[in-house]
Amino acid sequence: MSLRNVGIVYHKELIDSLRDRRTVISMIVVPLLLMPLLTIGMGALSLTLVDEARKEIPRVMILGGDDSPAVVAELEQLRDLRIVPAKPDFAEEISNKQIRAAVEIPEGFEAKLAAGESSAVTIYMYEGELKSGFGAGRLQRFFRELRDRTIREHLDARRLPDSLVHPFDIEEKNVAPPEKVGGAILGGLVPYFVILLCLTGAMYPAMDLTAGEKERGTMETILCSPVSRSHLVLGKFLMVLTASIATAVLTIASMAVSFGAGKKLLLGITHGAADAALQITITGKAMVSIFFVVLPLAVFFSAALLALSLFAKSFKEAQSYISPLMIIAVLPAVAALLPGVELNSTLALVPVLNTSLVSKEIITGTYNWDLIALIFLSSSVYAVVALAIAVKLFQREDVLFRT
Amino acid sequence: MIEAHHLVKRFRDKKRGTVCAVNGVSFSCRPGEIYGLLGANGAGKTTTLRMLATILAPSEGTAIVAGYDVVKDPQIVRSRVGFLSTATALYGRLSAQEMVEYFGRLHGLDESTLRRRIDEIFSRLEMNDFRDRRCDKLSTGMKQKVSIARTLVHDPSVMIFDEPTVGLDVMAARTIVGFIRECRNNGKTVVFSTHVMSEVEKLCDHIGIIHDGKLLAEGSLPDLRSRYGIQDLENLFVKVVEP
Repeated sequence: MSLRNVGIVYHKELIDSLRDRRTVISMIVVPLLLMPLLTIGMGALSLTLVDEARKEIPRVMILGGDDSPAVVAELEQLRDLRIVPAKPDFAEEISNKQIRAAVEIPEGFEAKLAAGESSAVTIYMYEGELKSGFGAGRLQRFFRELRDRTIREHLDARRLPDSLVHPFDIEEKNVAPPEKVGGAILGGLVPYFVILLCLTGAMYPAMDLTAGEKERGTMETILCSPVSRSHLVLGKFLMVLTASIATAVLTIASMAVSFGAGKKLLLGITHGAADAALQITITGKAMVSIFFVVLPLAVFFSAALLALSLFAKSFKEAQSYISPLMIIAVLPAVAALLPGVELNSTLALVPVLNTSLVSKEIITGTYNWDLIALIFLSSSVYAVVALAIAVKLFQREDVLFRT
Repeated sequence: MIEAHHLVKRFRDKKRGTVCAVNGVSFSCRPGEIYGLLGANGAGKTTTLRMLATILAPSEGTAIVAGYDVVKDPQIVRSRVGFLSTATALYGRLSAQEMVEYFGRLHGLDESTLRRRIDEIFSRLEMNDFRDRRCDKLSTGMKQKVSIARTLVHDPSVMIFDEPTVGLDVMAARTIVGFIRECRNNGKTVVFSTHVMSEVEKLCDHIGIIHDGKLLAEGSLPDLRSRYGIQDLENLFVKVVEP
């Protein structure tokens, strides 16, 4: 009889919620649309912007160099740089993005080159600005080539071998599998979105099924039925959990598909020149594992949101309680994105952060089973406590009939 | 049968401290009778009826409703009571039939009994035209009928109505009044609260006048009239609450 009642309440809440446009949007539409939009849309946009920046011929200034006509002439002949007349306010022009970079050639540069004396060329740029970076990079390449050429000429004149200044090569080789490389770059974002949408998916139904019922006057109606209040709250909780899990599952699935599709699309845009960030692949095993570590967190969110919004008299009041919770819950998820934050047994006890960190590891193919078990356990404890509070609150007349 | 024994309900209020909304109310109502609780707003009518329907637990005292104690067996009491008030709204996104089915199932009816009960009630209340229409798309009168069907689906022996006609138009109010009378004729125990004197005159076999949480006068209408020597119910009511 008892489980039957929980089932009846759950079934009704499910039908009711699926007919509610706002629940359907937060539970189904957002995860299905947001992921492709974020991965493909944003990815394509940023790659297009980089591509555009590469296509632009940077305007650069040459400062000095009157006594080094050959170097200046060589620079002027470069097709991928546009030399503009020198001005004293070059720094300002770089800051205002009127020109991309400037290079200062010291006095007697060519003479010193010929004499084998050392001198310094200064490149001025806008740090962190993409197009300035490209301009400065091109200048640097030119002067590096000039330096190499000068060295070779000096060596040839003295009949000395190249290896004298180039005794050995240094080569860096990546041995980590592509999913780990991609995972380290984008891996933190995936759990962040899963956790965030897990929360937002549960948010609307939690408010609708409690404060919403109070506001619409159906709370008293349902309290007239012989179903016990614990069963009632459990039925409602299962519905909120369903919404949360559905959102999480749809997010993971949509993310996996988006990454797959996005990769192909972006490879097309960049003409095959994709970097490591695009090498991310979410394996089936990772998807299932993330689902299981997120599950107790979804229970925790659902129960906490239910308890909190049950306390509210109206939908609006519930919203004002839940908005701060959203920030509190998202902060640890964001913390997991920071470089250097690594999972350990202490952090495994911090709610949200633990799930976020372990999901990040799972995406990169690392399975630390001891920590995974600890996280599952600690999250489950938090979840049970939150659920117990929600059930307890539902027994209290001063909460149910708060006016 | 309803027997209320010294029902007391205290609330804690932030501004006013402890408030005694109902203070020692006792009365009884037999099957086939209508008991009317007459009182002004805030007199304690709703709280009393909510305690009888086990939506609220009494702070002191108890009541035996349909043979069960509201304090000891609230769930069994709820399964034998039909409670209707203007505060008991409908689930807007469910159809009329789904709404009634939901409550039938919560009352433990099996599917074939539920089907039979719903067909019976929907025909009797002439609800078949809108049985598949969503509750939020129904007129006030139709909504009232769905609420009535919801309270009747488990065939309760006790009916409790808390100001059932407040905010209703004449036609919808007539439906409710007719329904209350029908409940009595079918041998149900009926308690209802109101501040509308004409409803009391039309319906009630016994009246309790409640004021400030206390039951100040009780009896049949002719009884009360002869006791106070006043024919007009409104004047009688004023005489009782402001002696």
